[in-house]
Amino acid sequence: MNLMFSSGPSLPNRLALALVLSVSLIIFDHKFDGFGTTRVYLNSFVSPLQYLANLPGQLLNASASRFVSHERLFNDNAKLTHDAMLMNGQLQRLIFLQEENDRLRSLLNSPVQDNTRKVVAELMAVDNNPFSHQIVINKGAINGVFEGQPVLDDKGIVGQIMQVSSTNSRVLLIADVTHAIPVRVARNNVRLIVSGSGSLDELLIQHVAHSSDLKVGDVLLSSGLGNVYPEGYPVATITSIIRDESRPFSQVRAKPVAQLDRLKYLLLLWSERTLEEAPKAEVTVK
Amino acid sequence: MSIRNYSIALSIVIALVLQIMPMPAMADLYRPDWVLLVLSYWALALPNRVNVGVAFFTGLILDILLGTSMGVHSFAMCLCIYVLAANYKRLRNYSVWQQSIIIGIMAALYNLVIFWLQHLITDIYFLFDYLWPVASSMVIWPWLFWLLRKIRRQLRLH
Repeated sequence: MNLMFSSGPSLPNRLALALVLSVSLIIFDHKFDGFGTTRVYLNSFVSPLQYLANLPGQLLNASASRFVSHERLFNDNAKLTHDAMLMNGQLQRLIFLQEENDRLRSLLNSPVQDNTRKVVAELMAVDNNPFSHQIVINKGAINGVFEGQPVLDDKGIVGQIMQVSSTNSRVLLIADVTHAIPVRVARNNVRLIVSGSGSLDELLIQHVAHSSDLKVGDVLLSSGLGNVYPEGYPVATITSIIRDESRPFSQVRAKPVAQLDRLKYLLLLWSERTLEEAPKAEVTVK
Repeated sequence: MSIRNYSIALSIVIALVLQIMPMPAMADLYRPDWVLLVLSYWALALPNRVNVGVAFFTGLILDILLGTSMGVHSFAMCLCIYVLAANYKRLRNYSVWQQSIIIGIMAALYNLVIFWLQHLITDIYFLFDYLWPVASSMVIWPWLFWLLRKIRRQLRLH
């Protein structure tokens, strides 16, 4: 016969101990950021569970791609060849424009924009924590991923790396309430700060003066201020502007350009500056 | 005999995997609190083996998996499991449906405590959607209870 709690402290004492420990962990982690490097090991320690959770989805995807019809593959191939043709056409123009731009910039003695290196990463899991918008991707410290690294998809900016573990890392999306990104309006270079609203398809722009020149449909590009995101990548388009004079600022809402609820493949960026700062990081370039 | 020793741990691991498994955004809202449910069953059935200590460590793993501040989930989990483990004799005699109501109350407490702690750390707003897991946990409980009891009796865990 097992006696209840025959060894160790009694149940209320255990609860008190656990609660005190939890609260001190919260304070230690949040206020002092005490798990800086330990988080990497902790994340690596639990990553088998993440791979396990991801397995059914991967199997479904694999079997789905195995049973694709010949005709569809043929059509896809034709479409992709067509797209690649068009893109290459634009790319020729881009190289020319970039060289011209660099030349003009050097004439004006302004710094030449640095090249960036890119790696394709794949979405591993989406967190179901409703209070925070984060995703997990399949590239980690061994691929040279670092904290604060910008993450893009094929349309625009998605977020930045929040925690790194050895083989995967966690991305904080721009729609998270704790996230904000400096942008400028593509049309007239008005500088703004876009912060997350907690909902995946809406961003808020705060502290906008009533007189500022904004229109619905304006595209917001990253401004490169703040040194996290590189300059000139699309972030959001303005969807509504409410100019209520009784309030100190106008209320502006925007929609992220990247489809944050349909992410699959992502781009990780290394600018030359960050490559120099972290020469040890081994970077694989695709 | 090895499966007997590890069956509780294995069930908790499966619950953790179910908790973080990617799901379509529509279904994600209604995901039951798997870890809380499995720990609740073991706390009611075998309170000498699963109580506040196990809840604390499972909560910490959940914190790492979900990327919340360390200690948020363990705080809420310990609180709920304590209430269940302290009243296990009474709760065991309830019918499964009555238990399911108690589990619903516990799930509501769990989600509200997590919301409240997160609210203190970052300023998030309360949405009613955050309480959908309470309903789905109540619906899942009788089936989970039946399944885990079958496993426990088959393996003669005590």
